[in-house]
Amino acid sequence: MRDQPVLDVRGLWKVFGPRPERAVGTTLSRQELKETTGCVAAVRDVSFTVRPGEVFVVMGLSGSGKSTLVRCLTRLVEPTSGEILFDGDDIRRADERRLRELRRHRLAMVFQHFGLLPHRCVLDNVAFGLEIRGSARAERYKRAREVLELVGLTGFENSYPDQLSGGMQQRVGLARALAVDPDLLLFDEPFSALDPLIRREMQNEVIRLHREVGKTMVFITHDLSEALKLGDRILIMRDGELVQMGTADEVVGAPADDYVRDFVSDVPRSHVLTLRWIMRDAMEGEPLDGPELDPDLVIRDAVRVVLSADRPVRVVRDGALLGVVTSAEILEMIAR
Amino acid sequence: MTALTVTARLPARRYLIGAVLAAWVLGHALLSGRDTLPLGGAELTPLHEGANEAWDTVDDNRNSNPFFLYFVNYIRLVLDESVRFVQALISQPSFGRPVPLLGWLGVVALAAAITYLFGNIRVALLTVAGFVSFGLLGLWAESMDTLALTLTAVAYSLAVGIPLGVWAGLSDRFNRFVTPVLDFMQTMPTFVYLAPLTLFFLIGPASATIATMIYAIPPAIRITAHAIREVSPVTLEAGASLGATAAQSLRHVRLPLARRTIVVGVNQTIMAALSMATIAALIDAPGLGKTVLKALQTLDIGAAFNAGLAIVIMAVVLDRATTAASRRVEAQRRTGREISAFFRRVEVTVALGIAAVLSYLSYTYVWAAVFPAEANIGSYVRRAADAASAWVQDSLAGFTDALKNLVTYGLLNPFESLLAGSPWWLVFAAGVAIAALVGGVRAAITAAVGLAALIGLGLWQDSMVTLAATLVATLLVMALGVAAGVWIGRSDRADAVLRPVLDAGQTMPAFVYLVPILGLFGPTRFTAIIAAVVFAAPVAIKLVAEGIRGVPATTVEAARSAGSSPWQVITKVQLPMARGAVALAANQGLIYVLSMVVVGGLVGAGALGYDVVAGFSQHQLRGKGLAAGLAIVVLGIVLDRVTRAAQARTDRLGVIKED
Repeated sequence: MRDQPVLDVRGLWKVFGPRPERAVGTTLSRQELKETTGCVAAVRDVSFTVRPGEVFVVMGLSGSGKSTLVRCLTRLVEPTSGEILFDGDDIRRADERRLRELRRHRLAMVFQHFGLLPHRCVLDNVAFGLEIRGSARAERYKRAREVLELVGLTGFENSYPDQLSGGMQQRVGLARALAVDPDLLLFDEPFSALDPLIRREMQNEVIRLHREVGKTMVFITHDLSEALKLGDRILIMRDGELVQMGTADEVVGAPADDYVRDFVSDVPRSHVLTLRWIMRDAMEGEPLDGPELDPDLVIRDAVRVVLSADRPVRVVRDGALLGVVTSAEILEMIAR
Repeated sequence: MTALTVTARLPARRYLIGAVLAAWVLGHALLSGRDTLPLGGAELTPLHEGANEAWDTVDDNRNSNPFFLYFVNYIRLVLDESVRFVQALISQPSFGRPVPLLGWLGVVALAAAITYLFGNIRVALLTVAGFVSFGLLGLWAESMDTLALTLTAVAYSLAVGIPLGVWAGLSDRFNRFVTPVLDFMQTMPTFVYLAPLTLFFLIGPASATIATMIYAIPPAIRITAHAIREVSPVTLEAGASLGATAAQSLRHVRLPLARRTIVVGVNQTIMAALSMATIAALIDAPGLGKTVLKALQTLDIGAAFNAGLAIVIMAVVLDRATTAASRRVEAQRRTGREISAFFRRVEVTVALGIAAVLSYLSYTYVWAAVFPAEANIGSYVRRAADAASAWVQDSLAGFTDALKNLVTYGLLNPFESLLAGSPWWLVFAAGVAIAALVGGVRAAITAAVGLAALIGLGLWQDSMVTLAATLVATLLVMALGVAAGVWIGRSDRADAVLRPVLDAGQTMPAFVYLVPILGLFGPTRFTAIIAAVVFAAPVAIKLVAEGIRGVPATTVEAARSAGSSPWQVITKVQLPMARGAVALAANQGLIYVLSMVVVGGLVGAGALGYDVVAGFSQHQLRGKGLAAGLAIVVLGIVLDRVTRAAQARTDRLGVIKED
């Protein structure tokens, strides 16, 4: 039961233009499709699942359809075709009322440009979701204060959004989403409007929150390092299509095509790849009494141990020897 | 391909227009005075007599025809009673008392309390000063009549306009439907619908209220719709993602965010209503407008100035008060309530308490009810204005006469002679040809139908005289508009200094302009033209300035770095790139000038304006007045369509060339 996916998306299409159904299933390129039908397929046949408690990152450049994709998930944009199973129920079949219930209680979204209400103070902004689902005033303020404390904004309850810095405004946006205690949090490039230092701070904040509240998250970004840092798994999109899906080290270690390879070429591989990626089988006669390390240890963190050991390091999982690593592999990786 | 053919055709078209004009001038020289279709001031055509009879029929059946009995008369009753009720409160003797319920002290206190609570202490003081000055000028009752009419019309306008505006903001379909209707309401010259309204609602407060509403509702609807529309989609999306219903997102997101802009709409509505409420004096609306009108008709500059001053003061007070209210909304939005709810409650109680006490005094005691007569300085103002006007007319005669003669002999007479002195068929042919050349086939058809309609209305020559004056005034407006617009568009300092002047010019009721200009130039055609220019120039200037400012800074920088002189930058970069705005300014200038035609009729412009004014006052001329009003509308539609078609054409050219 635990492993039933929170979100299961199957064959999702979103086509903009006249009579969009026609374009579903097309294999034409973007240009050809535009010329023949006048339609633009923003999302093309994307399928993926999100497991409970996972941070699932959708990454792509602007125009790749990632923002459309995340909006399809809560039907802020109506999908053209496909299934979106949320805890086993198809969101696409939900009627107006059911959809509203889902949005009020189970899904919450954080936006790139915050979308705060400028005429309400921070507390009222955070309580907004609770207010529209009809919670009593005392109750919603209590909850809003709790969440504000969680995101570190205690003391700013009565400030107004435009008195806050961008980072703090986004904390309000985050608090507003957390306040309704959703099962799934959606982030639409939440930090791309922030400057780099604040962005890093907010990323750490998300990691911390994820550890504390354990929410399932779908996180949209165009920033590869953000994707690698936050994502348990990463889905890379281009022109509306899924290019590759996998963990950070899979994406970096085994790019699906030149597009992804190009993308990840600047990533310091030793920071992402694990020992699993460089270990080799033990050669005959090699001493096998060196230190033990886990195959999922990031190379960067293994450097010291491997280089200081005078014999091959054994990569062991559950007592079974998977392979060995020596300074040669480490140096080759770093030098590349 | 296309670009080549179009650029090749462009000079050809220009030569063709020149050829048409030359043929016209030649024809005029040979055939001047023939077939000009003149109609004397008291002469009527069968159409006009028919209109008179139809009007009489309506009058006879006003209380028996079910349409009037169960519909029109009810509206009239409700509106009349609404205005009378407000008048009973503040301006007219009522409920068996020799004075209104609230005397001057009560009104002043109440106005101050309201402006203080919605605005700030400064506008409250301004309001007190303004209202007291109505009394000092000796125009308390008239001012309160104007205020009563304005406020009633504003209340109805907002009650209708804001919900419709919200609807138009939410629904694209309704917006598409309502926009052309509003366009039409706003391009129709204001005086024109007064006469038809009296046909249905008789002269008096009801017609005046409806006329005012027709003029004041469009800004309310437009600005509300705009405010609702401009709410950031991101914020709306955030609301939707939290599961807000349509009603919740309207109440919690759209309306609060739109509030400030809607208050701006209220401001515009009030200013439009005040402007029209004074003009409605032509159909016997009570108040300051009537005082100005009477004074204009007897050429009593002093009295007109005195009442005009009161109108200006009222305009300034209403404008400042609503602007302060919108600033307050904005301030609250930005910083939250700066004071606690408790303090606010105390403030409200105290302000209303004082107002209530003073109101009670003004209800009970004569000294607080009737503005003290010994404090009346109106007669001094009148005499001073008379003296100033006489002095100006005497001592500036050299200058003003030169200007008057220059425009009259240099522009007005040639135009008038060309249009009104040529045979009608020559003007007709030349007009249609020019419309075809500048605007295309559809513009030509509009022109042909319109000109034919003018003949049918029996007012050909009057229409041509009015058209000549309109064109001259528009030329002057555009000369002023381009010169001042370029200046304001290029200089921040000029913008800072002149923009408030222009804004003020636009908020002033149209009547008010006439007074000083009449004082300067006396009653002539020229006076009417200058009044129209003063009325229309601010719009044209603003539009041109807007266009100049809209030219991308990088383009200007590029031109400058290539070594252009300021003059070259203006003529080769800024004006060509702003030509859309200039064309729009010409279009709007024409419409505004035309809407002053009737006002011009009051100060000696003659022709259609005079026909309309005479129709208001003389029973046997009202059919003709109706026709003249229609002729003004026809002129307006033709000029609007042709200039718009020309504008669309230049825009298209621009696109093709830029390709």
